[in-house]
Amino acid sequence: MANAYGDTAHHDHHHDDHHDQPATGIKRWLFATNHKDIGTMYLVFSLIMFFIGGAMAMVIRAELFQPGLQLVDPVFFNQMTTNHALIMIFGAVMPAFVGLANWMIPLQIGAPDMALPRMNNFSFWILPFAFTLLLSTLFVPGGMVAGGWTLYPPLSLQTGDSFPMLIFAIHMMGISSIMGAINVIVTIMNMRAPGMNLLKMPLFAWSWLITAYLLIAVMPVLAGAVTMLLTDHFFKTSFFNAAGGGDPVMFEHIFWFFGHPEVYIMVLPAFGIISEILPTFSRKPLFGATSMIYAIASIAFLSFIVWGHHMFVDGMPLAAQLFYMMATMLIAVPTGVKVFNWTATMWRGSLSFEPPMLFAIAFLFLFSIGGFSGLMLAIVPVDFQYNQTYFVVAHFHYVLVPGAIFGIMAGVYYWLPKWTGHMYSMGLAKTHFWLSAIFVNVLFFPQHFLGLAGMPRRIPDYAVQFTDWNMVSSIGGFAFGLSQILFAIVIVQSIRGGKQATAQVWEGTHPTGLEWTLSSPPPYHSFTTAPQIP
Amino acid sequence: MSMTRGRNDDGASPPRKVARAAAFGAAALGFGVPAGANTSNGYNLPPGVTSLSRDIYTLHMEVFWVCVAIAVVVFGVMIYALVKFRHSQGAIPDTTLVHSTKVEIIWTIIPVVILVGMAIPAAKTILFMEDTRNSELSIRVTGYQWKWQYQYMDAGEGVDFFSTLARDSNFARQLHSGIDPKTVSNYLLEVDKPLVIPSGTKVRLLLTSQDVIHAWWVPDFGAKRSAIPGFVNELWFRVDPGKEGIYRGQCAALCGRDHGFMPIVVDVRTPDDFKKWVEEQKAAVKQAAAQDAAPPPTAQVLSN
Repeated sequence: MANAYGDTAHHDHHHDDHHDQPATGIKRWLFATNHKDIGTMYLVFSLIMFFIGGAMAMVIRAELFQPGLQLVDPVFFNQMTTNHALIMIFGAVMPAFVGLANWMIPLQIGAPDMALPRMNNFSFWILPFAFTLLLSTLFVPGGMVAGGWTLYPPLSLQTGDSFPMLIFAIHMMGISSIMGAINVIVTIMNMRAPGMNLLKMPLFAWSWLITAYLLIAVMPVLAGAVTMLLTDHFFKTSFFNAAGGGDPVMFEHIFWFFGHPEVYIMVLPAFGIISEILPTFSRKPLFGATSMIYAIASIAFLSFIVWGHHMFVDGMPLAAQLFYMMATMLIAVPTGVKVFNWTATMWRGSLSFEPPMLFAIAFLFLFSIGGFSGLMLAIVPVDFQYNQTYFVVAHFHYVLVPGAIFGIMAGVYYWLPKWTGHMYSMGLAKTHFWLSAIFVNVLFFPQHFLGLAGMPRRIPDYAVQFTDWNMVSSIGGFAFGLSQILFAIVIVQSIRGGKQATAQVWEGTHPTGLEWTLSSPPPYHSFTTAPQIP
Repeated sequence: MSMTRGRNDDGASPPRKVARAAAFGAAALGFGVPAGANTSNGYNLPPGVTSLSRDIYTLHMEVFWVCVAIAVVVFGVMIYALVKFRHSQGAIPDTTLVHSTKVEIIWTIIPVVILVGMAIPAAKTILFMEDTRNSELSIRVTGYQWKWQYQYMDAGEGVDFFSTLARDSNFARQLHSGIDPKTVSNYLLEVDKPLVIPSGTKVRLLLTSQDVIHAWWVPDFGAKRSAIPGFVNELWFRVDPGKEGIYRGQCAALCGRDHGFMPIVVDVRTPDDFKKWVEEQKAAVKQAAAQDAAPPPTAQVLSN
């Protein structure tokens, strides 16, 4: 592999020679400042977390396979739901996008590396410590946090010894995210190749630029919220303690002011990825590229003014209910523009169905289903019936699994040969796709029915009329979970070897972007001489 | 299906059974009539037994069908493109098709119009839902880990009791209990003492909590609201006359270990029956008070 990173570009900084080749052994990773090495570490870390979070989901689905408690007690069940969410959100989805940003943004904008490489190292290496701390709470008295990932007080204040550990872990994750976001913004603002003005910048870099601003805006809000929880718990403050004059609903406002933009943090980069892949395999430029950028920006803006829709049932003034309903419905407009533009991109194209394209198409259909249920949830009176039921669980899993995660998988399958220099097994990847696409629906579609029929979320046991759909959902869950092993196999195989990938990788398609002008794998320092932008 | 076995004899009065059968005869489509969620067919919202729950159901179905219509059009176009413009079938890409201001304005405006069309009836229902004036019976509902307390005001003044998971459900739900939940009547949806309310009466609940956040929810009433410590939330419903019977729901906010085990059961009676029930309760309270005043007989503790 070391040869593959041989830097062919001319340079005259002899004192920098030791930067031209990756360091050997563990030092290469511990002291990594190269965007590709750090990107790889982010992606590997996120894959590990995906399997750990997935294992927790398997516990949940196994217990819910039939009514009655067979496997775990309710406290452990609540620990699983809570930590499944925390790990999937902060450990799997967010680091995966940061990993993709690290790998692809310098390649897409024609930069040699990220702007702040040492901070880049720091922001990654915080994460293993943060998650080791979080996962170690499994072994402390009282077990893991069990009050739901939303950490609503007063319930979250009943947590045992794991509580301060969780809060410290969240602070570390937040610092990591903020540093990652700063790095993306500084890189994009300062290191674009000459001639690449912002409107020429690829959509993935654009989606990340906007996401990075969202991260910087809301991660400190989460940090503030959990710090107030910490002082309420240990230092006798009463921010959220009604008996001391505090306000438990205020936590919900602060949390969701973070939480709603967070939803878009997890999906906007996926929008960017889909906007890269569809044109390539449609052999046709993206339709309405400028309006796509405006749509992402509008969605990002709206994400700051809709947080109240998570809290309708908690009691809200009439005017606030009307405002949050209408603002939320408004999000459907730019989201619709995106879906229509993607459809128009395929229209009169010439489509082929390689694994990244398959995942992008599944994203298009299934994310739209999540969008429809989101629209239904925005309607306040009906939300009173849907809220806190499995309908909500179905909704956000449709947005996050075939949305965010299929987006990530599409991106990995798209750029993997570029990263490793080897084509992967198309057959295995397509098998992974079909199993995932089928079982994700078997897993989550019945949950709409469960919620409508009255099954609350976050319960370890249920009334017998919910048995059938829960069994279907669990079977889908186990099959979906097992299918993901194929994903890991494809990745490992591609790292180990395989047919040499060309610079363009997807021969005969229409890949645009500077990343396809470099060899596969690209030189250790991506663009030591700035490329010419036509 | 077997899941309905022994589940329809929950004391429902004949008119309600008839109504249920009439409304949901079609629900026998392989899913049976679930007992707990009284008017749900097992895969959709219950239309319920209050005007609010019916308004919600209508809105839900309207929005659902609008979404289905949009999905048919959008997915239809996508599928057409996937079939028609295949590279393998020799499709030639039209690389000039990259932008059209006219089309983009159209597909921005059409969704706005559809959304406004949805928002208007929704806003009307919100106004109706939030109108808690002129209630005829108020009940204070307090959530605890993990039970509900009901304290009657107005005509029921003095009636005050707790409502917890029924004993047979509680035995069966223990880890490795060995009891098949299907053999337990209304598993997890039965309580020791249900909330009793009169039909045809505007009942207002005043919800609060003594510990963590809970949520009181009976799907058939279209009624869900959080019970939050330090807050009093309001909620109202009026069950249609003639729809007397037992209605069930569950706590709808994660409230700790036994969140899944604090159900809500509401026994809706005619106003006359309700009055009788209130008198009985008050008499029982008086009797208990008198017994408290008298020297306690030694056997009392055991007979409890």
